[in-house]
Amino acid sequence: MTDKVLSKKQMGSFVEKILEQKDVFAPIMQDKSLVWGAVTSADDMIWDFTNTDLSPKDAFFPQSECLMHCTGCNDHDGETPQGSIFQAEPLLARERVLFNVRPCDARAFWLLDQIFCQDELTHDVYWADKRAKTTLVGLACNDPCSTCFCTSMQCGPHHEEGLDILLVDVGDAFLVRVLTIKGESLAASLPEADQDSVQRAVGCKEHAEKTMAPGPCTDHLASSDVLSLFNAPFWEKVAASCLNCGTCTFCCPTCHCFDIQDEIQGEVSRRVRNWDSCMSWLFTQHASGHNPHNTKMDRVRQRFMHKFSYTPTRRKGAFGCVGCGRCVRLCPVNIDVREVVRLMDDFAANMPIPS
Amino acid sequence: MQERTQKIRETARELLVQGKVDCVLGYTQGSIPMRARPFFATTPDEVDQLCWTGFCTGNLAKLLIGRTDRVAIVAQGCVSRNIVGLIQEGQVVRDHVVVIGVPCLGMLEYRKIEARLPGKDVHEVLEVGDNVTVSGPGFEEVIPRNFIKRDNCTTCMHRNPVISDVLVAEAVDETAGGDLEKVAAPWESFDAAKRWEAFNATFSTCIRCYSCRDACPLCYCHVCFVDESQPQWCGKTQDAADVDTFHILRAFHCAGRCTDCGACESACPMGIKMRRMTSKIEKDVRKLYGYEPGMDVNAKPPMTVFQPNDPEDFVK
Repeated sequence: MTDKVLSKKQMGSFVEKILEQKDVFAPIMQDKSLVWGAVTSADDMIWDFTNTDLSPKDAFFPQSECLMHCTGCNDHDGETPQGSIFQAEPLLARERVLFNVRPCDARAFWLLDQIFCQDELTHDVYWADKRAKTTLVGLACNDPCSTCFCTSMQCGPHHEEGLDILLVDVGDAFLVRVLTIKGESLAASLPEADQDSVQRAVGCKEHAEKTMAPGPCTDHLASSDVLSLFNAPFWEKVAASCLNCGTCTFCCPTCHCFDIQDEIQGEVSRRVRNWDSCMSWLFTQHASGHNPHNTKMDRVRQRFMHKFSYTPTRRKGAFGCVGCGRCVRLCPVNIDVREVVRLMDDFAANMPIPS
Repeated sequence: MQERTQKIRETARELLVQGKVDCVLGYTQGSIPMRARPFFATTPDEVDQLCWTGFCTGNLAKLLIGRTDRVAIVAQGCVSRNIVGLIQEGQVVRDHVVVIGVPCLGMLEYRKIEARLPGKDVHEVLEVGDNVTVSGPGFEEVIPRNFIKRDNCTTCMHRNPVISDVLVAEAVDETAGGDLEKVAAPWESFDAAKRWEAFNATFSTCIRCYSCRDACPLCYCHVCFVDESQPQWCGKTQDAADVDTFHILRAFHCAGRCTDCGACESACPMGIKMRRMTSKIEKDVRKLYGYEPGMDVNAKPPMTVFQPNDPEDFVK
């Protein structure tokens, strides 16, 4: 795929052209906060930012999503039989482009693709439809912030997984790394990149990777014995100050747990999927009254074991974390995932090798 | 601040060495600038990790609930009032708690600091007297403490602990100087429609993470009303009706109990100014009952008692 280049002066018209055909979303300012929102003109877009507080995952996995709804039978033929008719929700009407996705958030989409659409039986049509109709344009990080640790999480400030295009700010222009057929289509009208821009982008990448603060070592996590790590003695201390709220889960680009509820009023109802969190006792509560995650420690341990032990076991070594650092900034009691990973890796490093 | 830190450590060490408590619950330096995190010191060696800074936000009284061991807790004015409240409500046994009281100079809001330094990466914060020096790559800024205090701290009515077993500093001026009655209910003068609009706008960014509830020492129900399903009082979706219901009901559950500690606003990842609800309710409680929560363990909170001749003229 050929790299292209887009001068900053041309970005406005490039976006306006896309807006004619597709919906565009990007980080924008709303009430003094940087949030993912709809772009109505290129002027809405923000180019100088580290990252949003909430990830863009709700572009494909909305916080509340109606999966199907039911109408009363007598709505249809005027008679009064009892019962309801299921109606599917409409698919996404218009194609979309997400602009300025950070590489960490894009890698999260790559990971979630494998979870939402594992095989024929677990193909999530709600996720898949939106993904198919969306082009992802990433913005490489030239200046990682102090809470970023993506290079420790199999990612990096200029990584390309999950993206269709990666924009690299090389001064007066963007290098446009074309990564997929969708990206090729979107960048079709742009001129080929000059060697100078290509070289400057390489320099930016090297600089960004070098300036990222060193993150936790994770070498021993993948091979560690799951049960030994599960029974490690440090979990009580890690969990001691946790409030079991849902902040970490909700700001995390890879967290994907949900709860499905039917909201019924007579014969009219809707089935809604809402974000949920393993931090909640209710999430694992059984109808029998038993709760496999009965204590706060169980739930806190679950979070970190899922991301750093179970997920790599099931997803060919991929961690369930992309190092975006949102939870580090937003946790109300400042539980730092990097410190927990360090505890886990140190413990795994010192575990006796099973004979 | 340094003197408070030293005294807290000395007191904690003494208590642990003498075996008077099983652990000391205080704060330690956070992993990133502008944060302090709850910390349980269980051995005399660990007390050196205890600290007291302007970023000791949140409410440690929350972490007392359900503990069966003997705990010493570092508590400033508002937190000490919550401890009183928890004793009144039978959640904490006075004899099991040693209160290390801290006369408070007000906590800082890291978001206010970030707002003054957009795009800057804060590496260090030094609190010296009335000023705070914030520095990072290529910048250093001196900000008067009063400019970056948390909203609730500017109108604090009780900065000195109301109960304590040890005090780690001289008492400070009881109030912070702000006019609580003036700012407690900014929507009072609005008509109903405007008030409803303001309320909806304020909570429109809520993501139902429940950090506010989980940070709050008043919220300790085993099953929160939002998790009840028979009947389901409150939906789990992002519909405005569900979001509104959660916040209205939670605020009313705090009526006559809230000490305006601000843990809810500090915990909220969206920066929602939810004290607009509770501080209005507490203003009403002061006006109707002349009562301030958490001042006296023997007081009967107005929402928990009734007399047969209580006014009923509002019952139509």
